[in-house]
Amino acid sequence: MKVLRNYLKSLFLLELFRGLSVTGRYLFRKKFTVMYPEEKAPVSPRFRGLHALRRYPNGEERCIACKLCEATCPALAITIEAEPREDGSRRTTRYDIDLFKCIYCGYCQEACPVDAIVETRIYEYHFENRGENIMTKEKLLAVGDKHEAQIAADIEAQAKYR
Amino acid sequence: MTDSTVTIEVDGRTLEAKAGTMLIDVTDAAGITIPRFCYHKKLSVAANCRMCLVEVEKVPKPLPACATPVTDGMKVYTRSPKALAAQKGTMEFLLINHPLDCPICDQGGECELQDVAIGYGRDVSRYSEGKRVVADKNIGPLIATDMTRCIHCTRCVRFGEEIAGIREMGATGRGEHMVIGTYIEKSVDSELSGNVIDLCPVGALTSKPFRFNARAWELTQVEGVAPHDSIGSNLNLHLRGNQVMRVHPRDNESINESWISDRDRFSYEGLYSSDRLTSPMIKKSGEWMEVNWEMALEMAAAGLGEIKEQDQVGALLSPTATLEELYLAQKLIRGLGSNSIDSRLRQGDFRLDAGLKQASWLGLKISDIDSLDAALVVGGNLRKEQPILAHRLRKAALAGAAVHFITPLQLELNYESRQSIATPAEMVKRLAAVAKAAGVKGSGSLAALLNAAEADEFAETAAASLKQGDASAVVLGAMAQSHPDYSLLYALAAGLAGACGAKVSVLPEAGNSVGAQLAGAVPHLLPGGKSAQSAGPDALSMLKLPRKGYLLLGVEPGVDFHNPALSQSALQSADMVVALSAYRTPELEACCDILLPMAIFSETSGTYVNAEGVWQRTRGAVKPQGEARPGWKILRVLGNLLNQQGFDYTDPDEIGEELHALCNGASLDNRPVEGLDLEPKLGRDGLQRGGDTPLYASDPLVRRAAALQQTKDAGQGVMRLHPKEAERQGLNSAENAVIRQNGYQATLPVTLDEAIPEGCVWISTGLRSTSMLGQPFGEVTVEKA
Repeated sequence: MKVLRNYLKSLFLLELFRGLSVTGRYLFRKKFTVMYPEEKAPVSPRFRGLHALRRYPNGEERCIACKLCEATCPALAITIEAEPREDGSRRTTRYDIDLFKCIYCGYCQEACPVDAIVETRIYEYHFENRGENIMTKEKLLAVGDKHEAQIAADIEAQAKYR
Repeated sequence: MTDSTVTIEVDGRTLEAKAGTMLIDVTDAAGITIPRFCYHKKLSVAANCRMCLVEVEKVPKPLPACATPVTDGMKVYTRSPKALAAQKGTMEFLLINHPLDCPICDQGGECELQDVAIGYGRDVSRYSEGKRVVADKNIGPLIATDMTRCIHCTRCVRFGEEIAGIREMGATGRGEHMVIGTYIEKSVDSELSGNVIDLCPVGALTSKPFRFNARAWELTQVEGVAPHDSIGSNLNLHLRGNQVMRVHPRDNESINESWISDRDRFSYEGLYSSDRLTSPMIKKSGEWMEVNWEMALEMAAAGLGEIKEQDQVGALLSPTATLEELYLAQKLIRGLGSNSIDSRLRQGDFRLDAGLKQASWLGLKISDIDSLDAALVVGGNLRKEQPILAHRLRKAALAGAAVHFITPLQLELNYESRQSIATPAEMVKRLAAVAKAAGVKGSGSLAALLNAAEADEFAETAAASLKQGDASAVVLGAMAQSHPDYSLLYALAAGLAGACGAKVSVLPEAGNSVGAQLAGAVPHLLPGGKSAQSAGPDALSMLKLPRKGYLLLGVEPGVDFHNPALSQSALQSADMVVALSAYRTPELEACCDILLPMAIFSETSGTYVNAEGVWQRTRGAVKPQGEARPGWKILRVLGNLLNQQGFDYTDPDEIGEELHALCNGASLDNRPVEGLDLEPKLGRDGLQRGGDTPLYASDPLVRRAAALQQTKDAGQGVMRLHPKEAERQGLNSAENAVIRQNGYQATLPVTLDEAIPEGCVWISTGLRSTSMLGQPFGEVTVEKA
């Protein structure tokens, strides 16, 4: 009996058609391929991409050179030098992140007491020349200035989980 | 209290202790931790922070361990629920007003409050009311204040009263309104003030030069020894990368206890001065040009090797150089057939050398100064020469020692003492009076001096106190050594000490002044402290009769010499001057032909022999800047290029050990000198000049420490004189005066100062603004500019 059933199954290519039915079903379903770069995939507010240094709404930089991010960085990617600014406040004179060393763990963001260093949702960047992998303080602040609205919204969205 | 031993039990451990000892001392010795803020082993007990509360059996309330003497059978629980609750409660109260600004606080990471809060505090604060804010005070260029962080432990206040001896800081107001400050707006000027930075358990008092520069966790700690004063204070150098970021004291009970002077603490700034010499340079037809080491060394060797005459190559060596450098420099110069070697650049009189067979030194152990019964200090402003020694002498004075001073200007002292203020020429007479009162007879010219002296009440008391004391000392300070009649002062002091059973104590000037004598870097002694067959000319004669060539090691013409003007003219007249220097100065460029960049302080390995003869070896902690090389390496290559024997060292330890072997059996001895005919040189007529070297002008490194140079002790290029003397000379305050001394001339502003005796004007040396004048003591004429 079993032998007969297997004979008929293979004779009429039943398993082949069952497989093809899956193919046929997906042929008419809505497609989920994203046409990058014309289209972008959705990104989580927790995404850890390119770093940025933020400012307060009055334009004052947030970073106070406490060096906790430098201390916590497992890849030793951050280098900070500090001295008193003219008004006596504690500020960095150098804030470098080596993106070749960085492992995007987000510890710097976790350690920061003033939400100054953040990892943004930006994941599209590249280097064309040697040395561009070093994100200097100016570059980091520029990233922050450009994307402040998005960064602030992301931090706001995550605030209740922290 | 009895001296009996009692047995107590702490957390179940049985401990033995002397009755009456405070509980916290016993637990500290046993390694049991009790949290504390106000307690410090070197300060009195205040018991005001209440952090060290512990439970004691049969006592209803917890007791502060720092103020509870141990008694027999006491049972203590440091971690019982009651003790922990008390500690937790105290911590909560302390944190009520402490700001949450750890991220911007320099103490963050090395803060006692942070540590104790982690160990004994609550996780989350229950306090949501407003915190108090205290205005910051400006207390000078060394200490930064953030008084909101203060927890009122009063360590800094007690340090001022008990150690520094000046009540500069104090608490005003009570309770919530209590504020620590300087009463009135003023800077803290104590020469030991930097220690409050270490004492402060929180970030209220921090180092200003170090402010915001680095974090505690970034620093590596390396041991070092301070080169500035002859104490050889033990240091911990804190480095980041290849840079000395700050300096802390290293405990050494027999030398500096837990303290260091501000000079030792802040001088590291001088390492990073903009005038560091970073590559070898030669002068070609008046123009300075950078060359490579090979060329510079060959030229130096050729230049020095050309001078064949006896004693015509002079070596002027800094007493802050390492023992290895001093030893190699004298070996090189003696190898060239010259005995013109000296490191006592500020000494004013060398007639003693003929009679001194051994190296002179402090005469007693540094720690023995605490227990002196009487001391007579001649020409020594100890607080501004050797701050740690001054602190120890103050301890003795507070314990009842009678301290007398014979001094050319009134000293600001922080204990009971008597001062006999005399013009420089008069000082010899005053000392002779004390010697006469003690019954010293003397011979030759000394006898004449003693006969002429009149023992007044001061002399009688001073002599009597020296005689009565079991341990007493006659101390010769820096101003005595730069006195033109130093040998007379020495002979009188030695005679006086002999008659009173006291010790003669010569305060060595710098970190290696004693070491230089052992290394043979003086004209009358060979390495190992053996006396030389034929003594060469001393530092002063070498300049008075200029040599053809000079080797300078770490010295700067004009500011490091007894006679600033003479040092510049003599060096300029020489054919060949080779300088090993860490810095480039206009004076060096004017005098020298070849400048060789040398590593200093933390950059080179080396040994320092301190005032009591203790050898302390240090390792180079950071790399020398630019092309600079350690002095011993430069001298070794020069030795090789000059084809001298025994310059094949590969390690500074070899040099140190070679010298150590030579010093085997060498003793330090301030033996009285006999049979020298000593006539007073300093005239008594006319207006005299007096001069000291300000605390922060003592050596090249200190002179470049920016923060120290902003303090009062940096010294000013002014002429100070008594208001009455000013009236006599027709001068007013803030005017300029023209000063003439032995053909030298300078114009300086006038400052009125009642500390200066009449008949005398006071002009400090060691400053560029006074370097056109001559020696610190001598006749001068002044007139209105």
